[in-house]
Amino acid sequence: MVEKILARAGGKERVQPGDLLTVKIDLALGNDVTAPVAIKEFERLGLDRVFDPEKIVLVPDHFTPNRDIPSAEQALALRRFSSRYGLVHYFEVGRMGVEHALLPEQGFVQPGTVIIGADSHTCTYGALGAFATGVGSTDLAAAMALGEAWFKVPATMRFVYNGRLPSWVGGKDLILFTIGKIGVQGALYRAMEFCGPVIDQLTIDGRLTMANMVIEAGGLCGYIQPDQATFDYLKGRTRQPYQAVYSDHDAVYAETYTFDVSSLQPQVAFPPSPENVHPVGEAKGIQIDQVVIGSCTNGRLDDLREAAAVLKGHKVHPRTRLLVIPATQWIYRQAMAEGLLDIFIEAEAAISTPTCGPCLGGHMGILAGGERALATTNRNFTGRMGHRDSEVYLCGPAVAAASAVAGEIVHPEEVL
Amino acid sequence: MKLEGRTWLFGDNIDTDAIIPARYLTTTDPVELARFCMEDADPRFAGQVRPGDFVVAGKNFGCGSSREHAPLALKGAGVGCVIANSFAQIFFRNAVNIGLPILECEADLPGLLLPGEILQIDLARGQIVRLADGRMFASPPLPSFMQEIIKYGGLIECVQARLKKMD
Repeated sequence: MVEKILARAGGKERVQPGDLLTVKIDLALGNDVTAPVAIKEFERLGLDRVFDPEKIVLVPDHFTPNRDIPSAEQALALRRFSSRYGLVHYFEVGRMGVEHALLPEQGFVQPGTVIIGADSHTCTYGALGAFATGVGSTDLAAAMALGEAWFKVPATMRFVYNGRLPSWVGGKDLILFTIGKIGVQGALYRAMEFCGPVIDQLTIDGRLTMANMVIEAGGLCGYIQPDQATFDYLKGRTRQPYQAVYSDHDAVYAETYTFDVSSLQPQVAFPPSPENVHPVGEAKGIQIDQVVIGSCTNGRLDDLREAAAVLKGHKVHPRTRLLVIPATQWIYRQAMAEGLLDIFIEAEAAISTPTCGPCLGGHMGILAGGERALATTNRNFTGRMGHRDSEVYLCGPAVAAASAVAGEIVHPEEVL
Repeated sequence: MKLEGRTWLFGDNIDTDAIIPARYLTTTDPVELARFCMEDADPRFAGQVRPGDFVVAGKNFGCGSSREHAPLALKGAGVGCVIANSFAQIFFRNAVNIGLPILECEADLPGLLLPGEILQIDLARGQIVRLADGRMFASPPLPSFMQEIIKYGGLIECVQARLKKMD
């Protein structure tokens, strides 16, 4: 599948894993951390135009609303660049969201297209059948100039999920479980294709969560075959006609893993690595200072619904603070309309405007030395959410919400 | 290109938050970034690294975020080359794109070397030599188009040359 998309975008009949080729890109993305470097590099080219002002999306989401003067300068660089080169898709605070929640929601992601983003979690879009991968700022600068990027065609690993998911187990648990099995280098420079009856039944939000964390296994991109759920999701969102690409029945995979997940427990990744994964039962009794529900991994509507279902009628534990960050303005509003925000406030959670904020230790929930967080985010590296002596545990929204109530890591059933 | 430098040793999975923590990402200046380079992996590094020193690490160096600030911080610190068992893919392409020399080496150099040992490397031929006893370690040379990017001094310079040709 990845081979087919890259061959089409590179104007080749067919390509094989290991081939190097330059491909035309359908969309390039940057944020307030990576785009300022890209803009600096782009301006060294001395061009008076970008390759296509409709195919570049800039989203200030990492340190916005601006944390301090230097971050305000970075956001300003995006605003000025967008205006100077006539970019159509610049998302100002108030219209923006966490980029990898925003782009699918706003119809920028289509099956069969090639998307690069100067953000490692660009791999999220594979959930809708696109070839999408994170690159650096200089790659983004070159792409803004030429509309091209180079790739080495990756081999594909296939992951088949059989059985039926238990209650309170979702996309985040599946991907954490998978990373726990193969490790943070397990998919180095490979594509990860997710399939099987469990994936067929998974909501689009759950699929986006899975593809989002492909990078945490070292993967180049994720892929889920588009199906009726994908087409229903795209209806009314997508901006232009697209041509989905499907895996061949006799497709060659570097490796295939098959899991029966019928008795899977919710999963928790212990610091300081996303591969350090345990069933939630093994995390029992670990006390938590802060819980974060949000990010490009788990800040979507399904995630907030799941958290609210657990939190309803409960209060956050006195020793714990809970931050809920709807990932986009649309999700925020929808959560309000559905009464989810009421449930969060009633439970004594703080609700924030969309931002990546605490996930990368940017702002809006930084940890002090010795503090411990449980988060629905994607990385638990040393110092990720603040002080070098703070800790981050990763989980899905149901465990996060339940643990906020208990003040320690628990299975959702323990508070319901 | 032949280089000689003193080594700093690191283990596996050195992530980009360790190379340059996100809290410092509000600047794009390599020299400013260098002040905090490796802060969460080895707090002595930024203060004691000398121009031309080599960073020698295990597997999956540079995993995590796509921040180009990571290779920029290393370049700003004057690091002459990063040698690792393997690199995370985005770090790898970022390093090539900004002209930070990198080499992949199968040998367990962090286990075999002592901190501060001197290595001599030949980037074009992919050769690494330990000065103390002349022991040689092999390293695959980069694909030719990456060598071309490095030859131009980085991807932007390479694109500039292409744009000139297109005119």
